[in-house]
Amino acid sequence: MNQISNVAIIVGILTSAIRLATPYLYAAIGEAFAQTSGVLNLGVDGIMLMSAYASFFVALNTGNLWLALLVGLLVGVLMGLLMSVISVTLKAEQGISGIGLYMFGLGLSSLLFKVTIGTVKTVVGFPPIKIPLLGDLPFVGEIFFHQSLIVYGAFLLVPLAWWFLDKTTWGLRIKAVGQNPAAADSLGVSVDRVRYFSVCLGAALAGMAGASLSLALVNLFQENLTAGMGFIAVALVYFGGWRPLGIMVGALLFSTVNAFQLWMQVLGVKIPSDVAVMLPYLLTIVALAVTVSRVRQPAALNRPFERGEN
Amino acid sequence: MKVKSVLFVVVAVALLATACGGPAAPGASGGKLRVAVVMPSATTDLAFSQSMFQALKSVQKDMGGEAQFEIKYSENMFNVPDAAAALRDYASQGFDIVIGHGSQYGASIQEIAKDFPKVTFAWGTDVNTFGLPNVYAYTAAAEEGGYVNGVLAAKLTKSKIIGVTGPVEVGDAKTYIDGFVQGVTSVDPSIKVSKTWTGSFSDVALMTAAAKTHIAAGADALTGSSQSVVGSIGAAKEKGTVLWFGTQADQASLAPNLVVSSQVYDWTGILKQMINDRKGGKLGGEKFTLQLKNAGLKIAYNSGYSLPADVKAAGDKAIAGIKDGSIKVNP
Repeated sequence: MNQISNVAIIVGILTSAIRLATPYLYAAIGEAFAQTSGVLNLGVDGIMLMSAYASFFVALNTGNLWLALLVGLLVGVLMGLLMSVISVTLKAEQGISGIGLYMFGLGLSSLLFKVTIGTVKTVVGFPPIKIPLLGDLPFVGEIFFHQSLIVYGAFLLVPLAWWFLDKTTWGLRIKAVGQNPAAADSLGVSVDRVRYFSVCLGAALAGMAGASLSLALVNLFQENLTAGMGFIAVALVYFGGWRPLGIMVGALLFSTVNAFQLWMQVLGVKIPSDVAVMLPYLLTIVALAVTVSRVRQPAALNRPFERGEN
Repeated sequence: MKVKSVLFVVVAVALLATACGGPAAPGASGGKLRVAVVMPSATTDLAFSQSMFQALKSVQKDMGGEAQFEIKYSENMFNVPDAAAALRDYASQGFDIVIGHGSQYGASIQEIAKDFPKVTFAWGTDVNTFGLPNVYAYTAAAEEGGYVNGVLAAKLTKSKIIGVTGPVEVGDAKTYIDGFVQGVTSVDPSIKVSKTWTGSFSDVALMTAAAKTHIAAGADALTGSSQSVVGSIGAAKEKGTVLWFGTQADQASLAPNLVVSSQVYDWTGILKQMINDRKGGKLGGEKFTLQLKNAGLKIAYNSGYSLPADVKAAGDKAIAGIKDGSIKVNP
């Protein structure tokens, strides 16, 4: 513990926290779009797995990371379409169909991985890029401005998502459909179309979350690579009160505690490792219990819309 | 509406089952030996499951191919109730030897083995045969190779900081790492060995983050155990200068310039003994341990890494010392 200064430790914790928060940010902001329109998509983890696999497969075979990212996004959209057909058009119970989508993604990505790749392989992912000037700032530069494009993208998404939801007509339509679909419908807004759009946009971002793992953070694919991250992302949406900024706070809190516990272990602080790895999850549960107010919850969340029924 | 959702789940589960291998179809055996194995991860994980699968393949080759020796397997059975169902399936389909390759399958083996007294069961890593005459237990003295890797790592580290990325503090993951630390200390007690545990055998993303944390804290040599260490090896590769010491299987292919050595589990010896015992009418009741001495454990030096001769000599000396008993490694 004597070889390393306290400042270096804090910089180390925050640098990894920023990196660790990336997939959660993409996935949770995506999920916020779907939920704001009234669709609870529990299949995020399955979408992440499918996109992580697909983009890894493309990167491995072509070496083109941008093409790989694009394919990851497209696979996300396809999974979103599947979820939309089931939950919007067929009006299936959203929670159940989301879990179905998760298992579908988990199973299919494992199967495809086994058939097409089969063993452990790695790719060279998106490298960290130092932003001129900002990257030279002491401490802050290293923490925030020595990351990969994928990481910058996740944090740029926060203001973008806020602007889109709060300041554009499309955003207002999404909110209207999630609050009172019957009223929106009577004003000529197509509830189904808005929900398809929101679910698919959310799924594309979940795809981005998956690709961020296989192309930037872990640079490989394995069965069940996400290990349940998509479910934490769903919890973060509630934690953040359906607001991008709140979601970012939640994602950063979760990943900072995670980075913190890894550093505590590395530094040999005497806490049992089982307790250490539990910390971020424990904190999420406590924070959820204490902070979440349902006031902002979309009123029609988890309710399929049928004209004339409401 | 509910029916559709349920149907969707059913289809998804069916697909999942396909991905996991599914139970084997019953077939006539007619003289050939039929072996089934249930494994927690993939047969290609470059770690625990692969070590057993390769051993089975090698025994199959020695015994004259598929006509004489049938192998059926279920991989990725991280869910224990599913694994138990698969084990029971295999036993009831008349397989001669049924292997539960994971310490989490012990309770299932204990229960199922009583119902199939003519089937040989084997499980590990553990030493408990439950007093049943048709159960073998097998384990690996992982601390032995851990010690050798530790000696090599201590000789090669320049920063005098070594990182250990562990999964869960149990079984051969723990004994390997305990042995590793003893090996390091035997060379230079001032070297700092930091340990992390992710609490999971399969969480690659967290394993990657743990390895990066070690590297940020100054580690220039890493080791670790379980199928999730591919994340650690990836982090070492990304840094480009951090050395890796492997266990369970030869991991050189994952980072050809950075893997120094791997402790390789070779189960062929104990598999052959089980098969011979069975021919003589003995179905179990014994425990086996892979050791350097009985060639169940081997140290594979990576030819792609140019290991200084004096370091290799230190490694070989440790191997010889463990074999002849002059070096004692505590599990």
